[in-house]
Amino acid sequence: MEWTDQAAAEAASKGNQQAFRVLVERHSRSIFRLAFRMTGNETDAEDMVQETFLRAWKQMHRFDGRASFSTWVYRIAANCSLDLIRSRKVRGEQQPMRADTDHSGAFDLPAGDPSPERLAHSEQVARLLGPALEELSEMERTAFLLRHYEGCDTEEIARALGVQSNAAKQTVFRAVHKLRRALEPVWGMAR
Amino acid sequence: MGDGKMNHLSEEEMTAAYYDGLEPPVRAHLDDCPQCRAAFDQLKRMLDRLREAPVPERDASYGGQVWTRLLPHLSSERPRRIWLRWWTVAPALATVAVVAFIAGMLVQQRRQPSGISAKARERVLMVALGNHLDRSQIVLAELVNATPRTIDLKDERDRARDLVDENRLIRQTALHDGDMADAAVLDELERTLLDIANGPADPSPADLEALQQRIEREGLLLKVRIVSSNVRLKGQQL
Repeated sequence: MEWTDQAAAEAASKGNQQAFRVLVERHSRSIFRLAFRMTGNETDAEDMVQETFLRAWKQMHRFDGRASFSTWVYRIAANCSLDLIRSRKVRGEQQPMRADTDHSGAFDLPAGDPSPERLAHSEQVARLLGPALEELSEMERTAFLLRHYEGCDTEEIARALGVQSNAAKQTVFRAVHKLRRALEPVWGMAR
Repeated sequence: MGDGKMNHLSEEEMTAAYYDGLEPPVRAHLDDCPQCRAAFDQLKRMLDRLREAPVPERDASYGGQVWTRLLPHLSSERPRRIWLRWWTVAPALATVAVVAFIAGMLVQQRRQPSGISAKARERVLMVALGNHLDRSQIVLAELVNATPRTIDLKDERDRARDLVDENRLIRQTALHDGDMADAAVLDELERTLLDIANGPADPSPADLEALQQRIEREGLLLKVRIVSSNVRLKGQQL
């Protein structure tokens, strides 16, 4: 039987592990991509995928079907990754990026398969993006990630957040504004 | 826009233009206004850069790998029954103990090569696997032969719950030993056992029929019997 996300999530919320397996198998790759973008590290991203689905399983009874399962679990993944970024900061593992460091040439790379060099640049982006996302509220962060990386339109984001579409649009805008304020100085993009 | 020309674009308008595309009036203004053009280019460059950072690919089997790693943790979150009858629990506990013993030996072997012989370990595993497959066969056979009128899967469900845990241990041991064929059958078995364990004690006739058809379609009972038979033969040869 081919489960829809909705049917699988409903069954999983009642404790059906097989249904949850369907969801894990279906959404692991997109969660990995998100976690990698936020942490910039494959091992951390793998851990975040695991942690995300573990949290999702524990909270399945709270899933009310208002948003799609993919959006709901995406939101959990973003929070998991952020928790990791915060804990790194507390442990002093992250080297703060200096505002006077020139990162403006970091992305002048040819497109193609991710080589070690390109992945190192991804890590560099994540090191900037992670803390910048911390400046956003949870709603802003979710709205931005859905808009920017998942290509969701305003209506989909509105449903995910449980707000009107105009509010969703404003939330994306505020997120972009805050990111711009945080990232432009370190990327040397002054006019 | 009192003079017919558009005012400078706000940051909000530029963000909307980036995501939703350039509407004709916005495009016209950007063409005419170097200041807004520069601001828009700057915003676009920042957002493009965030998206361009490459992400390592994961293939289609990745979800299955995640599930394999996740499953042991999920099971520990499940509420456990505490009133199972001893004669139902005893064989399962015995098998779990044997498998745990083997797992311990595997760890020990990594640390010091002079442990129990590989042959003895395999013999113990064969006994545990044979025992497990026998009891799994009984559950599957009872389910396949059940009729909607007499159906009460409470006992089968309880036994399936115990079998799931030990199945996982045995499957992981089989994977560790490189017995991919056995591991594949155990994987299929585990899915069905999970369905039984998490299903209702009194499924609807349609649900029961669907489950029975699935077991028959996949030839699961036959596969389990074949593996069980091979295991016994192998055990005798050791």
